[in-house]
Amino acid sequence: MSLLTLSGLTVSLRGRDVIRDISLTVGPGELVGLIGPNGAGKTTLMRAALGLLPFTGESSLAALPQAERARHAAWMPQAREIAWPVSVEDVVMLGRMPHMATRHPSPQDRAQAEAALAAMELTDMRHRAATRLSGGEQARVLIARALAQDTALLMADEPVAGLDPAHQITTMQTFAGLARGGKSVLVSLHDLSLAARYCTRIVMLGEARLVADGTPAEVLTPERLAQVFHITAWYRDTDHGPIYQPLEVIR
Amino acid sequence: MSGALARVMLPLGLAVAALFAGSLLVGPAGLGIGDSLAALLRGGDGPAALIMREIRLPRALLALMIGASLGLAGAAMQGYLRNPLAEPGLIGVSGSAALGAVIAIHTGLAGAFALGLPLMALAGALAGVTLVMLLAGPRGGSLTLILAGIAVSALAGALTTLVLNLSPNPFAASEIVFWMMGSLADRSMTHVWLALPLMAVGFALLGTLGRGLDALTLGEDAAEAMGLGMRRLRLSLVLGTACVVGAGTAVAGAIGFVGLVVPHLLRPMVGARPSRLLWASALGGAAMLLAADIAVRLVLPERDLKLGVLTALVGAPLFLHLILKLRRERI
Repeated sequence: MSLLTLSGLTVSLRGRDVIRDISLTVGPGELVGLIGPNGAGKTTLMRAALGLLPFTGESSLAALPQAERARHAAWMPQAREIAWPVSVEDVVMLGRMPHMATRHPSPQDRAQAEAALAAMELTDMRHRAATRLSGGEQARVLIARALAQDTALLMADEPVAGLDPAHQITTMQTFAGLARGGKSVLVSLHDLSLAARYCTRIVMLGEARLVADGTPAEVLTPERLAQVFHITAWYRDTDHGPIYQPLEVIR
Repeated sequence: MSGALARVMLPLGLAVAALFAGSLLVGPAGLGIGDSLAALLRGGDGPAALIMREIRLPRALLALMIGASLGLAGAAMQGYLRNPLAEPGLIGVSGSAALGAVIAIHTGLAGAFALGLPLMALAGALAGVTLVMLLAGPRGGSLTLILAGIAVSALAGALTTLVLNLSPNPFAASEIVFWMMGSLADRSMTHVWLALPLMAVGFALLGTLGRGLDALTLGEDAAEAMGLGMRRLRLSLVLGTACVVGAGTAVAGAIGFVGLVVPHLLRPMVGARPSRLLWASALGGAAMLLAADIAVRLVLPERDLKLGVLTALVGAPLFLHLILKLRRERI
């Protein structure tokens, strides 16, 4: 059973197609990296898939009733907004909202929130006001919030941007762990090395279209990097897994 | 209720109860405490019963209701807009209610018919909220709502000034100006019964917002993806605010700063959670307005100091203090 099926997804803003005719399926056990240059349509693709934008085409997720969708898919937007100085644990507990019938969290809700705090190494700062944390720490709080939602599909828009290297790795390992456990994760990334090392599959967008969809080795070819990203990259398959280092801009 | 919340709600509740009792016991008639309460409870035809039941009770009840309304609507508005500078008047309802009232005074409707003024003010509030909803559109985020609110406020303000400009004589003009300052003096139980049903509807609408406002802490996108219907939330917010603020302005005039300052002051005490702030703010607003209404009777009893003037005088410096605190934190 696929957790997300998009077919012919198109979003137009002011007569310009932001994404055009995108079809893709995300199944259980997949950690899908969504890559593409700025403005390629990564965020738009994910927001339209969630039904947050008007679109044409089909999205299995957007077709669900809103409350059910929230139990099916979690979403971490790119804008890391935390409006009030609420405690870290209160923010993470918000992720349990779609599952809570009353205002009071059940033991299961607490356990899920606790596990999410631990996964993002936030247990020590649980009582601190989330707004007083650093940008990277806030990102981890918001990732933990999405993890606490405990959905079959997790979608995150540039979750590791601004994180220190250790937490970038921890976050990607957490996502990979979710995928190994049979869930699906769709993340947009700019770090090609992280994408190549942890993603089971990569979807590359370029100029509003889906350019390539396959394993990292299939997608991240020198030709595509040149054509879509306008860069050259150094690539080696090492004992530590594949390593990508962008080198030069092709002008 | 959790322990932390109880530690905030209980003292606030006690303060409201004490100030409500205080409001019933303070006045120029100089009745003793025992006599006042006996007259209030037993009633009868004596002057004490008349003062208690027809003058002080409605005044205390209105302060309680309007204060709670302003506090609740202020907390809801700040939570929705995720902005501590938001206040209930932002959507233009108080401005348009005031315009309705001013027209009632100008045309003589207010003098001809006891409820002419509050009913015209309610009509103004209804027109204002309809216009805001039409301008903001069925979809759209918080920004369109703010812009629509500013547009309606500006229009109502301009028309109010026009009415003042065209007032036939200085007495009419001064009556308008004094009404606009906001007061609870000489209100009757009729005013209470007029405002109460609308306020009950408004409280019911605003009271449902807690969950959605909590989710909105993370932005509109995240909240929607967590299953919150943004359109319904906005509709409840606007209609609820229109009900409580429209009714409040209709019976008491424009009373500023309560809806702005109270949520801001109480936010740190409830862990900044918008859902908890709603009811804490309602109690806080009631306490502030009851205290202010007692103060106008004690400070300058013979000069009829207006309630709205006092809340602004107290509110402005309090706000200044908050700004300074914020600036210290930012650096």
